[in-house]
Amino acid sequence: MTTPMVKAEEVYKSFGSLEVLQGINLEVAPGEVTCMIGPSGSGKSTFLRLINHLEKLDAGRLWVDGELVGYREKNHRLYELKDREICAKRSEIAMVFQRFNLFPHLSVLDNVTIGPIKVKRQSANEAKDRAAELLQRVGLSDKIGAYPNQLSGGQQQRVAIARALAMEPKLMLFDEPTSALDPELVGEVLDAMHALADSGMTMVVVTHEMGFAREVGDTVVFMDGGRIVEAGKPRDVLVHPQNERLKNFLSKVL
Amino acid sequence: MSTSSESGPNSETHSATKPEIIKAVPVRHPGRWVAGAVLLVLVAMAVHTLVFSQTQIPGQRGSRFGWSVVREYLFSSLVVKGAEITLELTVVSMLAGVLLGVLVAVMRLSKSRMISGVAWFYAWIFRGTPVLVQIYFWFFIAALYPHITLGIPFGPSFVTINLNSVLGAFWAATLALSLNEGAYMSEIVRAGIISVDEGQVEAAQSLGMRRGMALRRIVLPQAMRLILPPTGNETISMLKTSSLASVIAVNELTHVANNISAQNYKTIQLLIVASIWYLAMTTVLSIGQYYVERHFARGATRALPPTPLQRLKRNLRYVRPQNHQAAHP
Ligand SMILES: Nc1ncnc2c1ncn2[C@@H]1O[C@H](COP(=O)(O)OP(=O)(O)OP(=O)(O)O)[C@@H](O)[C@H]1O
Ligand SMILES: [Mg+2]
Repeated sequence: MTTPMVKAEEVYKSFGSLEVLQGINLEVAPGEVTCMIGPSGSGKSTFLRLINHLEKLDAGRLWVDGELVGYREKNHRLYELKDREICAKRSEIAMVFQRFNLFPHLSVLDNVTIGPIKVKRQSANEAKDRAAELLQRVGLSDKIGAYPNQLSGGQQQRVAIARALAMEPKLMLFDEPTSALDPELVGEVLDAMHALADSGMTMVVVTHEMGFAREVGDTVVFMDGGRIVEAGKPRDVLVHPQNERLKNFLSKVL
Repeated sequence: MSTSSESGPNSETHSATKPEIIKAVPVRHPGRWVAGAVLLVLVAMAVHTLVFSQTQIPGQRGSRFGWSVVREYLFSSLVVKGAEITLELTVVSMLAGVLLGVLVAVMRLSKSRMISGVAWFYAWIFRGTPVLVQIYFWFFIAALYPHITLGIPFGPSFVTINLNSVLGAFWAATLALSLNEGAYMSEIVRAGIISVDEGQVEAAQSLGMRRGMALRRIVLPQAMRLILPPTGNETISMLKTSSLASVIAVNELTHVANNISAQNYKTIQLLIVASIWYLAMTTVLSIGQYYVERHFARGATRALPPTPLQRLKRNLRYVRPQNHQAAHP
C-alpha cells in the first residue's frame, strides 16, 4: 500500500465563531485527480489553504505525503514547525489561484523562474531553460518577455500553471482556476490541466466545471456546510447522486 | 423618395466611403480672453519692477533688485559650498530616513505587539514634535551625555566615545532630520505595503518563499509605485527643511546667505541667491523623480508613458504626414 499524497482525518477549522470545516476525512492517492465541488461558502478554499498551511487547522490531523502539515509529533505531543521548515514543505506543493496572482512587476519569464532561482537555488540558466520548456508546454512561448497585464486571463492562468510546475511539485492545488475567465478562455486552461493530469500529476481541483470533473477526475467530492457529503467515482457522484443536497446543487449548476 | 446619393439613418445602403470629417465652429470663451489679458498686464508689471525699475536709494544707481549683486554672489565659493552642504544634508538624511522608514513600517506590521508598539511610539514622538525642536535637541544632547560607552548593560564597558567631538552641528542636524524623516517615511511605506494585494503574498508563500523574501522581492517592488511619488515630495521638502539647520550654525545655503548679508546688508539679494539655488536643486530632483517613477511603473500600466524626449519625437512625426496629406488631398 502506498502512502496517500493527502490524508485528512477529522479536520476542523473555524474563523471566530464561524465553523467553516467540521470534520473533513479524505484521502488522495499519488497520481490521482480529486475534484471538489460544492456551494459557495462550503469551505473548499479553506481546505485547500490548510493543505499548504496558509491557514492553521484547529483540530484533527492532516498529512501530505505521509508527513504532518505544520507540526512534528514526538511522544504524543505536537511541536510547531519552524518557518523555514514550513516554507520548505510549501515549495513542494503548488497552488493555482482563481485570480491568477501573477507577480505584475515581473515578466512572464521572471514569474516562472523566481521560485526555482530564489527558493530552490537553481542556476539562472537552468531555470530559464526549464521555464522556456514549460511555457512551450502551455503554449505561451511567444509571451516569454511580456508582462502579466499584457496577457488575457486565460494566458495569465496558463503562466500561473507554468510557474507552479517550475517548482516540480509533488502535489498541485487548484482553487477555481477558471472561474475568473471569460467562457471562451476556459477551454485553453482546462486543456492544460487535462494534459497535466495525463502526465500523472497528483491534483486537488476545486471547480465548477462539471465536464472537467467527469472527464478528468478520478474522484469527485461534494462539500456542503463544512463537511464532505458525498464522494466517489465521477459517474456515481455526478450522474447518480444519492444525497438530496447534491441533487439540488447539480440541478442548479448543470 | 430615397435616392442613392442620400443616406439618412434608415438608408439600407452602406457606402464604403467614410463620412465627411466634422468641421464645426468651436464654442467661444470670451471670459478666458479677458482673464488672459488681465494676467498678461500683471506679468508685465512684475517683470518691469523686477528687471527695469531703478533703485530708490539716493546716491546709488542700478536696478531696484540689485541683480548685479545677485550675479556677484550666485557662484561665489561660499555660496556654492553652502549649496553643497545643503545637498549633503538632504541626501544623507533622506537615505537614512527611507531606510528607517522601511524598517519601522515593517515593524509596525509585525505580529509581535511589542515590536509594533515600539514602532508606533517612535512615529508618535518624531511626528508629533517640531523638527526645529528636534534639531536643537540633538545639538544640545551632548551636554547631557558628553561620553557614550559601549559595553554590557550595567556591566563592564569596552569603548568610550566622546559625544561632543563626534556629534558636531552637521551630524546633529543630520540625525534630527533623519529621525524625523524616518517617522514620516514609515507611514508612507506602510501605506504602500498595505496597498499590495494579499494574493501576492499568498502566491509568494505558495512558492515556498519566506516572509522576508516575499517582502523584498514581491511586496516592496509593487509598493514602490505608491511609495515613490510622496517620497519625491519628501525629498524636495527635505531640501528646504534642511535650512532649519542654520539655527545651530551648520554652514548650509541659508546660513551662508544670512552670514553674508549680515556683513553687506544685501539681504534681499542674498535671499534671491539662495532661492535660485533651491529652485535649481528642486527642479533637478523633480526631473529625477519623473524617471524613477517611470521605471517602477513597469507592469502596472500596459504602456509606459513616453519621456518628454520621446513625446517630442512623436509630435514631430505627426506633423510631417499631416502636411503631406494637405498637399495632396
Ligand atoms: N480568513 C478568513 N476570515 C474569516 N472568515 C473566513 C476567512 N476565510 C474564509 N472565511 C469564511 O469561511 C467560509 C468558507 O470560505 P471558503 O472560501 O472556504 O468557501 P468556498 O467553499 O471556497 O466558497 P467559494 O465557492 O465562494 O469560493 C466563508 O463563509 C468565508 O466567509
Ligand atoms: Mg473558494
